[in-house]
Amino acid sequence: MMQALPAAATAPILEVRDLRTHFFMRAGVVPAVDGVSFGVAPGEVLGLVGESGSGKTVTGFSVMRLVEPPGRIVGGKILFRGRDLAQLSERAMRDLRGNRIAMVFQDPMTTLNPVLRIDTQLIEAVRAHGRTSRRAARARAVEAMAMVGIPQPEERLSAYPHQFSGGMRQRIAIAIALLHRPELIIADEPTTALDVTIQAQILAEVQRLAREHGTALLWITHDLSVVAGLADRVAVMYAGRIVESGAVDRVLDHPRHPYTSGLIESVPSRNRRGARLRQIPGMTPNLLALPRGCAFRTRCPHAADACAAEPRLTETAPGQMVRCFYPERVTAA
Amino acid sequence: MSLAEPPLLELCGVSRLFARRQDMIGRLAARAGLVAAPQAVRAVDGVDLQVRRGEVLGLVGESGCGKSTLGRMAAGLLSPTRGRVLYRGADFAAMPAGAARRARLTVQMIFQDPYASLNPRLRVAEIVGEAPRVHGLIDGDEQAYVDAQLRRAGLDPGYKRRYPHQFSGGQRQRIGIARALAVRPEFLVCDEAVAALDVSIQAQIINLFMELRDQLGLTYLFISHDLGVVEHLSDRVAIMYLGRIVEAAAVEQVFGRPNHPYTQALLAEVPRLETRRRRFTAIAGELPSPLHPPAGCHFHPRCPHAMPRCRAEAPVLREIAPGHRSACHLNDRA
Repeated sequence: MMQALPAAATAPILEVRDLRTHFFMRAGVVPAVDGVSFGVAPGEVLGLVGESGSGKTVTGFSVMRLVEPPGRIVGGKILFRGRDLAQLSERAMRDLRGNRIAMVFQDPMTTLNPVLRIDTQLIEAVRAHGRTSRRAARARAVEAMAMVGIPQPEERLSAYPHQFSGGMRQRIAIAIALLHRPELIIADEPTTALDVTIQAQILAEVQRLAREHGTALLWITHDLSVVAGLADRVAVMYAGRIVESGAVDRVLDHPRHPYTSGLIESVPSRNRRGARLRQIPGMTPNLLALPRGCAFRTRCPHAADACAAEPRLTETAPGQMVRCFYPERVTAA
Repeated sequence: MSLAEPPLLELCGVSRLFARRQDMIGRLAARAGLVAAPQAVRAVDGVDLQVRRGEVLGLVGESGCGKSTLGRMAAGLLSPTRGRVLYRGADFAAMPAGAARRARLTVQMIFQDPYASLNPRLRVAEIVGEAPRVHGLIDGDEQAYVDAQLRRAGLDPGYKRRYPHQFSGGQRQRIGIARALAVRPEFLVCDEAVAALDVSIQAQIINLFMELRDQLGLTYLFISHDLGVVEHLSDRVAIMYLGRIVEAAAVEQVFGRPNHPYTQALLAEVPRLETRRRRFTAIAGELPSPLHPPAGCHFHPRCPHAMPRCRAEAPVLREIAPGHRSACHLNDRA
């Protein structure tokens, strides 16, 4: 179960193996991420899909080593170019963060300081990694702003964050992520708060990056439709574990895990207009009181006695991994 | 439904302006000509819209386009600066106070954030039971009445002694629905009512809305930025851009033969499960600030078909086919 995903054509930039991040709360231990493995290759977009509480965000934060107490990485390896980030010193991690690995958050104001001008923030970020003259740093900032499609970057540099719209702020946050041409970008729901037309603009920029610069992308979202349009591969998380992963076409056209197929079938466009939507019964699970064995079994139409044991992630088709004892039958395409 | 029957809700030339309240120094400075008087935001600008009894009207638009303001006026929570909101042909503002209060009960609103719209200090039984008790709608046992409301919204009445924070997001939205239905409305304004919910829970709530419509004959104004959801449950759709309705038609027409360039662009950008690794393109430019909307057609700076006329003259929303209204100068050329 160590090698969860097949080796891509090129060696992966990031390889996460059996990652466990738990939160030690007064009420008990929350296994937010519990044995997650995946890899991302250069130029590849991996969509990490899940609902709230599935552990997708904590997975991203773990890779960046941004998990704060009461949370802690309690096990597993995070191999970035073969180096285990989980073992790295905070100082060495700082050298990587924002330099070779960058993160884009759902709310751009997580990245931006409201009381500093954009140029101050970008130049500071450029000069944080390596000796650069202010002039060169400024030039790099202008370049990055232009790259994400901000018109008149020279002039906009001297503005404050509040003078930009939400979509523009998110673009600036992405520009900051791009400053050092990172090899890996972790994006946590970066377009969820944006309107469709703005979302399309940002997705267009992101696609170009992966294509032209070979940047690897870990795209964390709850939106299957965005993943369908953007990602090469997809991993679906439920209650801290990956329940299914594989090529986007494979997983979306032939989902094998009942949770994945339930998610896909509940999307309105998959149902006849006005007809009752197919729905997954029950609620998103409480991680403090997960059922023993398969965490999905209380909501699953196929659940049987065997599901009280923990199913392993097994390969059902080349490149498609499923964690289920009774996977859905493959439907004829 | 006979044609003679007036629409359940009719908005006639409704506008709503928001102006920042100035402090004294600002007012004095403005009077002395030192600074310009502050501009008002025209959140809703001359909207004509009808909702017929029993239908679901989807109202779509991007953030800041005024769709929530329009919804609040439709629900009677906000009065229009100009224009009239008619309910069954009658104006709330012109009714005697008692009649207006009773009439307002028939329009209820479901909000986006089910947590912010529930009083955290009240138990569910009180949240749901308070309004019908105050308005004397309960004959008989109040607890039995509350239980029935909760059950109808898909909640176990055994939980009615709990507080809102003890529920998940989807359950809280059900509490909001139970509260709205407890005063026996005939018209629900849902403002992004499923936007904050997880995908698997969203389907449950959409199904609940559709069941309630069949059971109770409800009429909906369903406000959403999610075109997939709107397409699924609406009979008619209105598209809003910067305070104005740019297109309104039956759902099949809007999604099958969109007329307005903005509608077309919006539909092209919706991510769909069926389109894989597509190349995203984008409508040029940003949503302009509602403080300084472009002259003429608000969409012209982003429109691929803009002509000189679009910069000068605002197009009128007019019928281009039976039941299909659009506000675009291009339709005059045909």
